Amino acid sequence: MLETILSLKGVLLEGLGATLYMVAGSTIFSYLLGLPLGVLLYTTGKGGIHENLPLNRALGWIVNIGRSIPFIILIIALIPFTRLVAGKAIGPTAAIVPLVIGAAPFVARLVEQSLQEVDTGVIEAAKCMGATRLQIILQVLLGESLPSLIRGLSITAITLIGYSAMAGTVGAGGLGDIAIRYGYYRYQTEVMLFTILLLVLLVCLIQFLFGFTANRIDKRNRS
Amino acid sequence: MIQIENLTKIFHSAAGEVTALREVSFSIEDGDVFGIIGMSGAGKSTLLRCLSMLEQPTSGRILLDGVDLASLRGKQLLAARRRMGVVFQGYHLLMQKSVRENVAFPLRLAGVRRAEREARVDELLELVGLADKANAYPAQLSGGQRQRVAIARALATNPQVLLCDEPTSALDPLTTRQVLELLRELNQRLGVTIVVITHEIAVVREICNKVAVIDAAQFAEGGRTDEIFAKPASSITRLLLGVEGGRKHA
Repeated sequence: MLETILSLKGVLLEGLGATLYMVAGSTIFSYLLGLPLGVLLYTTGKGGIHENLPLNRALGWIVNIGRSIPFIILIIALIPFTRLVAGKAIGPTAAIVPLVIGAAPFVARLVEQSLQEVDTGVIEAAKCMGATRLQIILQVLLGESLPSLIRGLSITAITLIGYSAMAGTVGAGGLGDIAIRYGYYRYQTEVMLFTILLLVLLVCLIQFLFGFTANRIDKRNRS
Repeated sequence: MIQIENLTKIFHSAAGEVTALREVSFSIEDGDVFGIIGMSGAGKSTLLRCLSMLEQPTSGRILLDGVDLASLRGKQLLAARRRMGVVFQGYHLLMQKSVRENVAFPLRLAGVRRAEREARVDELLELVGLADKANAYPAQLSGGQRQRVAIARALATNPQVLLCDEPTSALDPLTTRQVLELLRELNQRLGVTIVVITHEIAVVREICNKVAVIDAAQFAEGGRTDEIFAKPASSITRLLLGVEGGRKHA
């Protein structure tokens, strides 16, 4: 077993690199889209600082539709769009496009939920102190929910590991791709098990690092 | 001076209309420690929310030095808000920020420079007796200490009015006395007008020179505390004072 793994060292390292690249890239871009969308979902909601119920409902629908399309179908359906944005439809960079489109609505909901945890009384207090809406968003909403946002970030990154494995099946490379090519098509079960082990370690590492950071910066835990 | 003129606030909900305040009128003079007292649900909190511009009156006006609060927009509204500090019942401190950052927060919002901000925060923390807790976080403080932070924060922009919502309802008797003592001291030293919303007659008796009694969304009576309490005219005041002749209240 060890021999097979060692002989595939180069392939596995490259796969791990591709997975990390896809997950990191798509996490960053899905937050660039999803964070403002989540803030908008929250602030345009009932009683929000930018209450606008028609806009809120429209955004809610977009997010729900985005979240209900199975990711594997999204990858295929988005191929023309991916080509337009990334210049190609195959490879880790191209895979980031559907990964971002798939994860952004998910991120938006996570962000919305984190913001909902902020005590509305604190928002009112800030209003009474003469805060503008932008100041409320930046300094109260995002500042107070930072630990929760970081926990959401780890959930997103871990979900994207799973998604990136699926993207592997359509030529994106990465650990998921190796698991299928070697473990399934070539019956090398040990390679599949090893890639699973790598993925498990990766998930644990992300969970631990982000969880630790979130607890560390959460001032409510001080006593 | 704050003049409340025929203030009416009606809330519309699925269950129908609720009149939280009906034609309430009275004025608060500069330098007063003014008590607004009533049973729970009488409309006190709605009155505070109208005074702090969190709710718009359905009809009637609130004038701050002759200017209708409801007419203010944009920069003028922000400026008016800085002239009124609000101390909320639940304190509403920023839990992720230190005591120092909490007190500095309204100053940062107003764009006050850092050095000036820091000096002001030190001064305020000294004033409320929390200089040693500057770098603590709200989660590490007791209820009375959080209340002091909330008071210091409300005072940061040098407001002319300090609105306090049930400032002592969550505190033990000793802490209550200390917080009331602090409010009285702030009134005397800074000349800030203090409005205290409360359901506790003892709070009014302790620090308020004037009082307004609110009952069932209406103004029952008001005036100098000593006079009102010596000769209560309305049955609700008698009930709150616990003297004979107060009507039964469900």
